[in-house]
Amino acid sequence: MTYIPHTEAERRAMLAEIGIQDLAELFQDVPDDVRFPTLDLPAPLAELDVAGELREITNYNISVSDAPSFLGAGAYHHFIPSVVDTMLRRGEFLTAYTPYQPEVSQGTLQAIFEYQSMMCALTGMDVSNASHYDGATALAEAVIMALNIGRGRRKRVILSPAIHPHYRATVRTYTQGMGLEILEEPLTADLGELTGQLDGNTAVLVVQTPNFFGQLEDLTGLADAVQGVGALLCVVVNPLSLGLVRPPGEFGADIVVGEGQPLGIPLSYGGPYLGIFTTRDRHARKMAGRLVGETVDANGKRGYVLTLSTREQHIRRERATSNICTNQGLLALAATVYLSAMGKGGLRKVAELCYHKAHYAADQIDRLDGYAVRRDKPFFHEFAVRCPRPVAEINQGLLERWGIIGGYDLGQDYPQRENQMLIAVTEMNSREEIDLLIEALGEEASDG
Amino acid sequence: MEFPSDLLYTDHDEWVRVEGDEVATGITDYAQDQLSDIVYVELPEVGDTFDKGEPYGVVESVKAASDIFMPVGGEIVAINKQLEDAPEIVNQDPYGKGWFVRIKMSDQSDLDGLMDAAAYQAQLDE
Repeated sequence: MTYIPHTEAERRAMLAEIGIQDLAELFQDVPDDVRFPTLDLPAPLAELDVAGELREITNYNISVSDAPSFLGAGAYHHFIPSVVDTMLRRGEFLTAYTPYQPEVSQGTLQAIFEYQSMMCALTGMDVSNASHYDGATALAEAVIMALNIGRGRRKRVILSPAIHPHYRATVRTYTQGMGLEILEEPLTADLGELTGQLDGNTAVLVVQTPNFFGQLEDLTGLADAVQGVGALLCVVVNPLSLGLVRPPGEFGADIVVGEGQPLGIPLSYGGPYLGIFTTRDRHARKMAGRLVGETVDANGKRGYVLTLSTREQHIRRERATSNICTNQGLLALAATVYLSAMGKGGLRKVAELCYHKAHYAADQIDRLDGYAVRRDKPFFHEFAVRCPRPVAEINQGLLERWGIIGGYDLGQDYPQRENQMLIAVTEMNSREEIDLLIEALGEEASDG
Repeated sequence: MEFPSDLLYTDHDEWVRVEGDEVATGITDYAQDQLSDIVYVELPEVGDTFDKGEPYGVVESVKAASDIFMPVGGEIVAINKQLEDAPEIVNQDPYGKGWFVRIKMSDQSDLDGLMDAAAYQAQLDE
């Protein structure tokens, strides 16, 4: 059975309409030799043999369950209670696609509604959308929303260089060709320098806290400075840190976005993840994505509806301000179940464990000869260390001689931070693992 | 359904009331009826300028979100701020309290292509 619905007659009619005889004519500009290339594939294998071969290939991977890991840089290894996966695997959730016929998807809508409520509570904001793909795309949508609120006339976007480099790259990709002035380099991460760039042409200023280097930014007074010129303040957060620190909503932020991965979502080699997006009531209509609301039906019974999706393509067509007509439903559910299982106290406990373990590790590493921890700002669960040798070499030693996955090489993204390693410590790192890392770093300082 | 004879009409179902070199505009009784309950009206800012036929705002109802177009080119000199909190006035009084914006015309001849009430009604009846 073919899945192409066109009949031969319809196909002939379409070809006649555009004035060609044969379907092949459509492809005449593609060179012959690449049109149907010969694929040099090995002979077919039995399923058993394929499984064996794939297992052999995957054995080359070293996952965080095989080795102590101190790698973070935007994706973090946390404990995930088994109830999260149990809920995700329920057929009603696992197979349900985005609710285009919302009324018959009450369970999905209720889960999204509860997710939104939790994100608002966590960030201290008024409204949350039903989520985006990941933290990076959530930030890009935030910048685009700010440009629309600035009615397309404000063209300056100020990005702290201490925002995750991938996030900044995503913003540049999303806004390509829009004629913007994106300020990020050669700015320093100094908030005073950032606010010094504010002018009447500025649509949005974005900072991240904890920033890419793990440091907590002092948001006091920042919103006033930004809003004073009519721009918006957008803050990128790690939601887990909000178990411990005051949320950006309390500092007057206009938009709060973040990567939801730390909330019950496995690392899984980089995705799928979850983009958190929250804002103020006054901006709700400009928000990308969709919003689920709670209401009552004709009989007064509680029900859930897709309240708003005013910016989406299926509603606004070519005038849509976002072409994301979906949300990360299953991963938003994961975050919701995670937060429900942890509770307010549990989330705080995890955040505290991360904080204290990271500070223990930082104190010990700082004492090692040749290493120095950057301490110009307080940090959450990740910190930058100046190393005596290139980070790549130390990491190789850590892995080969000690079986440890080392930190992130900051020199890859910041040339001025050559030989600096970004080390993340979470509740998953035992005291023994941390002590092993300290010992290993000490030994690796002089090798090579 | 009502179509006052002192107004001009566009084929996008907007009405225009000419007052000197300014016009007031909104959507017709027919448009509000088709849209049903209006929940939000997004308006431009005073001082914005648009060409004739350019979208200057959006009206959202429980059924659809539609662009609203400039019946004449010019500068926005006033917006109906009441619609921000009470968009339902557009349903209740489309030609009166439910006006959208006032425009200072840049070219009076923009009015030439507009319809009178009889022509508009004839178009609706087609």
